[in-house]
Amino acid sequence: MSVYVQGIIFLSCINLIAVLGLSLLTGFTGSFNFGQAGFLAIGAYVSTIMTMKLHAPFAVALASGMLASGGVSFLLGFPTLRLKGDYFAIATLGFAEAVRLLVENLEKVTGGSRGIVAIPTKTSLTTLVPLTLALVWLMRNYIGSRHGRSCVAVREDEVAAQAIAVPVFRYKQISFFVNGLLAGLAGGFLAHYVGFIQPSMFGIQKSTELIVMVIFGGMHSVTGAVVSAVILTSLPEILRAAAAWRLVMYGAAVVFIMVVRPEGLLGSWELTFQSLRNLGTGSARLARDLYSRVVHGHA
Amino acid sequence: MIWQEIINGISIGGVYALIAVGYSLVYSVLNFSNFAHGEVLMLGAYVGFYALTALHAPFWLALGLAVVLGGVIAMALEKIGYRPLRLRKAPTLYFMISAMGLSIFLQNFTLVTIGPNFRTYPEVFSFAPLEFGTLSIGSLDVIIFVTTAFCLGLLTWFIYKTRLGVAVQAAAYNMRVASLMGINQDLVVSIVFFMAGASAGIAGVMFGMKYTVYPWMGALTIKAFIAAVVGGLGSLPGAVLGALLLGITETFAAAFVSSAFRDLFSFALMIVIIILRPGGLMGVLAKEKA
Repeated sequence: MSVYVQGIIFLSCINLIAVLGLSLLTGFTGSFNFGQAGFLAIGAYVSTIMTMKLHAPFAVALASGMLASGGVSFLLGFPTLRLKGDYFAIATLGFAEAVRLLVENLEKVTGGSRGIVAIPTKTSLTTLVPLTLALVWLMRNYIGSRHGRSCVAVREDEVAAQAIAVPVFRYKQISFFVNGLLAGLAGGFLAHYVGFIQPSMFGIQKSTELIVMVIFGGMHSVTGAVVSAVILTSLPEILRAAAAWRLVMYGAAVVFIMVVRPEGLLGSWELTFQSLRNLGTGSARLARDLYSRVVHGHA
Repeated sequence: MIWQEIINGISIGGVYALIAVGYSLVYSVLNFSNFAHGEVLMLGAYVGFYALTALHAPFWLALGLAVVLGGVIAMALEKIGYRPLRLRKAPTLYFMISAMGLSIFLQNFTLVTIGPNFRTYPEVFSFAPLEFGTLSIGSLDVIIFVTTAFCLGLLTWFIYKTRLGVAVQAAAYNMRVASLMGINQDLVVSIVFFMAGASAGIAGVMFGMKYTVYPWMGALTIKAFIAAVVGGLGSLPGAVLGALLLGITETFAAAFVSSAFRDLFSFALMIVIIILRPGGLMGVLAKEKA
């Protein structure tokens, strides 16, 4: 496999991990997180400092990046998750900017705006791909479970969910925490794949890109998140010539989706064994039909 | 020293106020944060710039063009990105996402078509600072402050003293009931967006004169947005108060702590305020109805 294709797979998986968390929090629980890059940054910096300064094994570094980001989101959740609609988005946006500014200014630890270079590239496809697939599977099952349905209830109507005894705050908190963990993991993988990190990699633009991936694929579908993370990561690589227009098209696509098809590409459709089976029997019937028409000349 | 910092803070806060009012106006009627507001400001700044350089228009004409086109652009954006959602009674989340999409689109479209260069406004006014004893004020800051105050006065007069303004107030109070009373919803929303866009157009020219013009200058308005949040989204006096408070906080942080941490102070101020008083200083927090 060429290095180029490998690169696309690496980035797709890393983006997908971050998008999975965001899909749970924003798509299924309904809290608009506009600062995913901040959590990514925490994971990236903590894991890098673990491997480079403390010489920890890669797995330990990743785990600490994850826990740091998850822990921060857990604590941040207490005051912010009670905020309504816009204000939660604003708080996460402010948080991510604050993280970026802190990283930029704590030069002794983080290298300031020049960042950290020559990070050992320890992310390998043999760990990343199976892990990503396992996470997708886990997320799919979580969404399908009682807990996942409670999240959807919270998204649809907080007051009604409360009325049927769904602990609204707790489910928001779980979603926010899981989102933090996944973003931290993605950040750790990212740092150890690219080999360098800078505060400018974790600006508003990165948060926007990730949220666009969630919206594009369908806010209420895990399959949608997977499909759009892969498409939107590889598309700009394939269409290099149109690179400058990429973000123009992103913006137009987001508005178009909101105006025309707010449920996104796939809506709430999920790829399951059942839907594959239906597809299988459907195409088998079609093939039989065609065969009998061609060979036996039936009308 | 302290007085000088307060003057600097007020002059920065003045520009923030003009932009924050735009965020608050839209929020007061449609209850969402219009993230594309900064891009209207950027387009207004470009309109002013090209009117002065390519058309060699006098300053008042350039400013007028920026105001009118800013207003028209904002109205057009509302028709494209928000009206279909409003008619469908979509959740607020969708409005924010649509606004974000418009913002990405406009910013990058400008980047691709006009290019990433920083452009400097031609010198319109002499920049000799005015001296008052030991205090000094940039003459541009004075002009900006006077313009801002004039615009805010005009806006206040319009909203509180005219028939259409009363309609806007009614719509801000309760859109449904207002439309039952025979107020044309679409018209009120268009007017609100026009006013927000027009003030963004003026602010764009002011920003352009004070700094430079470039495609992602809309991001500067995040400070004004913070000001609107601090003051209470949806409240016009709140927006002005928040802007002045933020301006003074920033100059004090830069002068007495460290200029590198200035922005950190702004974000911290905002997060503390929305945690302690989720509706902002002067905002009213709507209770969610069952």
